[in-house]
Amino acid sequence: MGLNLLALASSRLPSLIGAVSVQGIALGVMPLLIEHELRWLVLLVAVATVGLKGFVIPTLLRRAMRTANIDREVEPSIGFVPSLLLGAGGTIAAVALARALPLLPEHTGSLLVPGALASVLTGFVLLIGRSKAISQVCGYLILENGIYLFGLLLIHSTPLLVEAGILLDLTVGVFVIGIIVDRIQRAFDSLDTRKLTVLRE
Amino acid sequence: MKELALIFLPLLGAAVAAAWPSEKTRPWLLPIVGALHTALTFWMFVNPPPLVDGGWLGFDPLARAVLPAVSLLFLLCAAYAIPYLHVRSARSNRVFVAALLGVLGLLSAGHQARHLGLLWIATEAVTLAAVPLLHFNGTPRAFEATWKYLLVGGTGIALSLLGSFCLGYASLHGGGGGDLTFAALTLQGGGLSRPWVLTAWVLLLAGYGTKMGLAPMHTWKPDAYGEAPGIVGALLAGGVTTVAFTAILRIRAVIAAAGDGPIADRTLLAIGLFSMLVAALFLLGTRDFKRMLAYSSVEHMGILSVGAALGSAGAFAAIFHVWSNSLTKGALFLSGGNIRRAAGARTMDEVSGMAVITPHSAAIFVTGMLAVTACPPFGPFFSELGVIRAAFETHHGGAAAMFLGCLLFAFFGLTRLVFAIVDGRPRAASRETGRRFPESMSVILPPLILLGMSLWLGVATPVTLREAWAAAVTQLYPAP
Repeated sequence: MGLNLLALASSRLPSLIGAVSVQGIALGVMPLLIEHELRWLVLLVAVATVGLKGFVIPTLLRRAMRTANIDREVEPSIGFVPSLLLGAGGTIAAVALARALPLLPEHTGSLLVPGALASVLTGFVLLIGRSKAISQVCGYLILENGIYLFGLLLIHSTPLLVEAGILLDLTVGVFVIGIIVDRIQRAFDSLDTRKLTVLRE
Repeated sequence: MKELALIFLPLLGAAVAAAWPSEKTRPWLLPIVGALHTALTFWMFVNPPPLVDGGWLGFDPLARAVLPAVSLLFLLCAAYAIPYLHVRSARSNRVFVAALLGVLGLLSAGHQARHLGLLWIATEAVTLAAVPLLHFNGTPRAFEATWKYLLVGGTGIALSLLGSFCLGYASLHGGGGGDLTFAALTLQGGGLSRPWVLTAWVLLLAGYGTKMGLAPMHTWKPDAYGEAPGIVGALLAGGVTTVAFTAILRIRAVIAAAGDGPIADRTLLAIGLFSMLVAALFLLGTRDFKRMLAYSSVEHMGILSVGAALGSAGAFAAIFHVWSNSLTKGALFLSGGNIRRAAGARTMDEVSGMAVITPHSAAIFVTGMLAVTACPPFGPFFSELGVIRAAFETHHGGAAAMFLGCLLFAFFGLTRLVFAIVDGRPRAASRETGRRFPESMSVILPPLILLGMSLWLGVATPVTLREAWAAAVTQLYPAP
């Protein structure tokens, strides 16, 4: 959860991407910590998550950033302090919300549910409050990380195939986003989504 | 086995298209695969394969009731794609053809998915496969539209994943195994944990509602439909939105089994009427006829949602409306594409007198507009009549009144814009571009056939189709 706030406070893109990457690795290790006995299935999911979320996707983002050759300020439309406050408020709200929802006995003590909800809310703040395409993608990733964290509650019951499909979709999604980011850069000579305002009523 | 063929045949076609060497002959793959897919779908429609209990995929009554419409629409769009891609031969069509076939395969998967996770994977994959189709024109505006589509659609679909997990947790908390097949969830019914079911419903409705284009999550729609080629618009409006609608129907059935049907119906009714209202208001204001089609699509998604909220009679009308909307919208998008090309512009400020330059397309466009605003004897009239009748039967008089009011405003908005484009004296610029892109039989026939089918659906709805729709309704709305 601290990483969420770090992401909100990041003023430079590389540190934002770094936060997302560390969060991805932490997420990948989670199932190993939750599981008491190691099964090859869980291990496989963990390795794939760490690889994709911790390394492949951040590398793609860094490359997009470098080829787009943009300056590395984040340029928030919601300032850093307000977005930090929003993030902190969101975290408190997430803890409160998780209290309100009934949880299975084995999940009541853990921070899994509040952490997941807080990440989802942080992702939204980043999506709304940042104007660079890449920082919006980071927001989207944090949102997805939150959902994935929530999905860990179901790791015993959802089959591996579903997890794998979801991971694959995500990776392809980020890949496609990367391509579009590149095209936007060429077409508009900028990655500032505030310039994408031709289409409106 | 045939269920898988329905999915992998188009995907195989996509792979072949990606490897096909010739730019000139590649588009022919579209109608070939489309025809095979349609033939297989209708064969399965007549001889539905037995369902495997607990299977993840299956040609169940709902898929049987809806998938043939999508398949037919694709076939006609594919036939239209050949002359279209010939005109646009300056751009490579490799990715376009492959992505189009990929969308068909993934749509078939989404319609047949009987597992919440699989449904999500298919819907997300359709979203991604449609991306290269949206920016085929390669203009900055097209990229802007694609970015909005990706960001809004991606966030929406992420929410529906969270919703799917919540529903899984509801099952786990209620003592179930967390099995995410619809059959297992429905079976567990009242055993699902209620707070989690409601959370899941909100998230899933927001997520799949975004894909469907229900207001207020519709914002990507006008941009995407406005900038994408006509065939892509037709497929998005008639195919992709349909898969999201069937997803909502399937989820609603689970929620109803858990005992929260009335809440689900109320939200569906409210969001449906709100979509219709928003669409009607924007239709009165827009000056761009491709964006007009998008708002009309938002309106019709609202109609579907209202229908789904009104019990089994309403759901029957909604499934009927899926057919009539898909076919009529297809005719509108394709003929609108012809007009757009010949006119060289899309707003009523720049385009007029298209009845002179493209007489056939203009005639189809006007007739299609009348059909889509529910003028008898076309399909939409009868399906919308069914929704209104269901509203009165279930004592939703106020909703019916608002429904009719929105239809009236939408009618004003559509006629205003369509006649401004069709009537009057053609602009000099349009005469010039009209000569460059003359109407040919190959671009007139597909929308004409679609319109003919919409008429046929209205005048003489085949009994087998009605039976298929009724079977789907029994699957989703079991009699108490």
